[in-house]
Amino acid sequence: MNSMLSPYLPNTDADRRAMLREIGATSVDELFQDVPEKCRHTQFSLPAPLSELELREELRHLAESNTNLEDYACFLGAGSYRHFIPSVVDHIIGRSEFYTAYTPYQAEVSQGTLQSIYEYQSLVCQLTGMEVSNAGMYDGSTAAAEAAVMACIISKRDKVAVLNTVNPIYREVIGTYVEGRDLAVETIGPDASLSADYACLIVQQPNFFGCLEKIEMYVQKVRDVGALFISIFDPISLGMFRPPGDYGADIAVAEGQPLGIPLCFGGPYLGVFACRKEYVRYMPGRLVGKTVDVEGRPGYVMTMVTREQYIRREKAISNICTSEALMALAAGVYLAAVGKRGLRRVAELCYHKAHYAARAISKLKGYSLVFERPFFKEFVINCPLAPSKINEVLLHERIIGGLDISHMIDNGMLLCVTEVNTKEEIDRLVEILAAS
Amino acid sequence: MSKHYLLPDISKPGKIGYSLPELDVPPSELPPENLLRKELELPEVSECELVRYFTALSKMNYGVDTGFYPLGSCTMKYNPKWHEDIPSLPGFASVHPLQPEETVQGALRLMFELQEYLAEITGMDAVNVIPMAGAHGELASQLMMKAYHQERGDRDRRKVLLTDSSHGTNPATSSMCGFEIGVVSTDSEGNVDMKSLNTLMNDKVAALTLTLPTTLGLFDPHITEISELVHERGGLLWCDGANLNSLIGYVKFGDLGFDCVTVNLHKTFSTPHGGGGPGAGPVCTKQKLVEFLPAPLVTKECGRYKLVAPAKSIGRIGGFYGNFGVLAKAYAYIRSLGAEGLKQVAQDAVLNANYIKEKLKAHYHLPYDRTCMHEVVFSHKRQAAKGVHAMDIAKRLLDYGLHPSTVHFPLIVDGALMIEPTETESKATLDEFIQAMIEIAKEAETNPDILHSAPHNTPVRRLDSARAARQPDLRWEISETKIEQ
Repeated sequence: MNSMLSPYLPNTDADRRAMLREIGATSVDELFQDVPEKCRHTQFSLPAPLSELELREELRHLAESNTNLEDYACFLGAGSYRHFIPSVVDHIIGRSEFYTAYTPYQAEVSQGTLQSIYEYQSLVCQLTGMEVSNAGMYDGSTAAAEAAVMACIISKRDKVAVLNTVNPIYREVIGTYVEGRDLAVETIGPDASLSADYACLIVQQPNFFGCLEKIEMYVQKVRDVGALFISIFDPISLGMFRPPGDYGADIAVAEGQPLGIPLCFGGPYLGVFACRKEYVRYMPGRLVGKTVDVEGRPGYVMTMVTREQYIRREKAISNICTSEALMALAAGVYLAAVGKRGLRRVAELCYHKAHYAARAISKLKGYSLVFERPFFKEFVINCPLAPSKINEVLLHERIIGGLDISHMIDNGMLLCVTEVNTKEEIDRLVEILAAS
Repeated sequence: MSKHYLLPDISKPGKIGYSLPELDVPPSELPPENLLRKELELPEVSECELVRYFTALSKMNYGVDTGFYPLGSCTMKYNPKWHEDIPSLPGFASVHPLQPEETVQGALRLMFELQEYLAEITGMDAVNVIPMAGAHGELASQLMMKAYHQERGDRDRRKVLLTDSSHGTNPATSSMCGFEIGVVSTDSEGNVDMKSLNTLMNDKVAALTLTLPTTLGLFDPHITEISELVHERGGLLWCDGANLNSLIGYVKFGDLGFDCVTVNLHKTFSTPHGGGGPGAGPVCTKQKLVEFLPAPLVTKECGRYKLVAPAKSIGRIGGFYGNFGVLAKAYAYIRSLGAEGLKQVAQDAVLNANYIKEKLKAHYHLPYDRTCMHEVVFSHKRQAAKGVHAMDIAKRLLDYGLHPSTVHFPLIVDGALMIEPTETESKATLDEFIQAMIEIAKEAETNPDILHSAPHNTPVRRLDSARAARQPDLRWEISETKIEQ
C-alpha cells in the first residue's frame, strides 16, 4: 500500500496496517468481499486531483466567467431578489459550531441550533402575524406546494385552486407535488367562482406581476366554500403592507431568500412556512418547542415529531428531513439585525425607488405601465420592441434588465427595483430605454 | 450562557443592528390605507449585542469541528474549510438565477460537469442536481418511476416495496407519490429475505427501493439476484444512495443493477449539514428513466451550456436549479480527490468502521457479526440486562466530550447503536472513542445510575420532550416576556 496523501485523509499507511492487523484482514479489499467480484475494481474516469491552490484558481476563473451583479446594475426579480445583506449575517452563519452540526436530534449538545430555530419561528410569527411557523422548507415554491397538499389533508378534499397571477414556476412546482399525490390542481382567473370541493385557493401577494391583489375578495370566496386560504407573500413587503395573519390567511408561505440570503444562482434559499395554531399537527417540517431539563432549566427540543417521516413513516405529513436550517438562521439574524424600523425602511426604499422608476419609464415614448394597480417593488412595462432586444442593449451597457414575459403579456417586461438600486442606476436605465 | 434569555430580552426601543442610505429619489404617494400594515413588531438590537447573543448560542452546539461525530447514516465527515469560501465568490454569490444564459456560463458549466462526474461515480447515464435534499431526490425518483410505468400503460403498478430497515423518508415519499407500501423483511444475516421479496414482487409493484449498503451497514451479497428478480417481474430498482461513502470510487451502482439512485452531497461529498440543511440530493438514472428527469437539466451544445426540460419530465420540483452553493462545494470535493482519492475515501471509511466493530464487539452485542461497510450497528442487549438502554449509552458519550452514535435506528435492531466513523477520522480519534465506549460498558455493569442520569456536563441536561409535545411552546410572545420582566 502506498496511499494518496490528502489533507482530508488523516490515517497513515502504518495506521491502516495496524487496523487491518486488529481486524485480521490482509488487505482492505478483503473487507469488500460481499460486493460481487465482477463489480469491484471498476475504472472511474474523473479529472486528476488538484491541490487547494490549483483548484481555487480554477474555480475563481469559472466564477469570473459569470456576469456578477456587483459589477452590473440589476432590475431582475421574479422570485429571487437583490437586497442588502449586512455582514453580520455571514459572520454568524459562518461559525462552524452552527454549520458543521447535524439536525439537532441530540438536544443537549444542540441548544444553539434549537434556540436559534425557536427565535426564527418567533420572528416569522411576528413578521407574518401568523400563529405558528415551522423551521423552514427548501424554498418558496416547495413551501407553497407542501401547503397545497397540507390543505388537502386538512379538508379531506382533493382539488387545489391557484390564482393565475401566481408565479408560473410556483404553479408548476405546486402541480408536480399535488398531481404526484393524485390530487388535482386548477389555475383560475380572478372572476372564477370556487365550488365546495376545493381544498384551498393559493394567492400571491404582491402577485407575480408586482401588483397588490384585492385580497379580501379572495379570502371571502374561500370562506364561502369552507376551503383554506394560502398566501404566498414577499417577506420584505411586510415591512409596509398588511401581513397574511391580518387578512385571514390559513397558511402563509414565502421565499425567504430576501431575508439575508445571497442570490447564489438560485440556492440555497429558504421556504418560510406559517399557519394557524389549529393546523399545527398537519404542518410539514421540523418544529422546535421550549421545555425544561431535569433540573428545571429552560431548553429546546424538536417537537410534535409524530408528524414526521422518521416516526410515522408512510403516514407522515411530508417526507421532508434535511431542509435549510442554516438559511433559517440567516433569516433570523437578518430580521433581528434590521429590526422593526429597519424592515420598514427597506420596504419603503423599495417602494419609493420602484415607483420613481415606473413613473419615469411610463413617461417614455412607446413605454407604458401594464397594470394600473398599486404595486410594491415590481411592475410590468409594455415595451415598444421585444424585451429580449432591449435586454441585449442593456446588457451591453452593464445593466441586467427585467424578466422577459412577452409569452404572457405582449412585449411585457417585469422589472424589479430594491433598496440596492441607486437613483443613478435608475436614471441610467431610463436613459437607455428612451434611446432604444 | 449563565442566564437564559431570548431576543426580546435584549431588545430595547430605539436600537438597530443595521444601517441604510437615505432615500435618494422623490417619495411617491403611499398606496391606500387598507393595504398598509398598522403595526410591525420585531426586536430592536444593536449589532454588538446581536453578535454576542448568537456567539453564545453557537457555543452550546456540537459540530464536526468540535469533535468526533459518529452519527450513523449521516456521514458526518470533516468539511474542507476552503470549500466554504467557494459560494461566496462574487461570480457565484451575486448571480441571479434568471440572468440571460450567456451571462451564467460558468455556473452552468459547473452544474454540467457535476452531472457528468456523478453519472460516472454512480454508473448512471444522466443526472439532475436540482433536488435540495435526499428526501427531495427520493420524491423526484419515485415520481419518475411512476411516470415511467404510466407511460408504458402499466397503470396497475401502484405499490412500492421497501425493506423493514429502510429510512423513514422512503415510505413517506411513496405516500407523497400516491403509492402503497409493501415491506420486505430482512433475513437473519441482515440481508434482503429473498423469500419475502419473491412473495411480494408481482405485477402490481412499481419498484423496489433499497438502501445499499443497507442501514445495517452491510453490503447485501444477493444484489444481483435481487436485481434480476425485480426486473424479470417488470419492476424498477431504486437505490437510496445515502451510504455511497463506502462504495465511492470502488463500485458503481449502475453495475449492481440499479435503474436509479439518489445521492446525498451533504454526506458523501462533504458539504456541511448546517444543523439540518442545506443539502443536495441529485437523482442519477439509467437511460430508461432519463426523459422523466425533473426540469431543467444542463446540456452542452456547440460549447455552450443550456438549461433544458427533458421530453417527458415530471416537471419542476423547485424554484430554480437546486442548492447551487452546495453543488459548488461538492464539485470542489470531487476535483480535490479525483478517482484515486475517492476510492481511498471508501476504503478508509470501511476500514475505520470495521476497526471499531472489531474493538467493541467484546463489549457490545453485535446482532450481525460479519464484515461491515462504512458503519457498524451494535445493540444495547447486554447493557439492557442491567437496565441500561441505548439512549443512556448515547447520553453518557456526551459526558466524554463525544457526539453519540445514532440510536434506535434501524428499527429492526432493538436498542440500536449505529456508529459511522467516516474516513476523516484518524486511528487516534477512533481509539479515544473505543476507550470511552469500553469505559461506558464497564459503568453499565458497576454504576448504571451514572448512565441513567447522563449527560451531566452539557449546557442543559435531558429535556422533557413529552412536555414540549403536550404543551407546545413554539414561539415567544412579546407580551409574555414583558410580564416576566
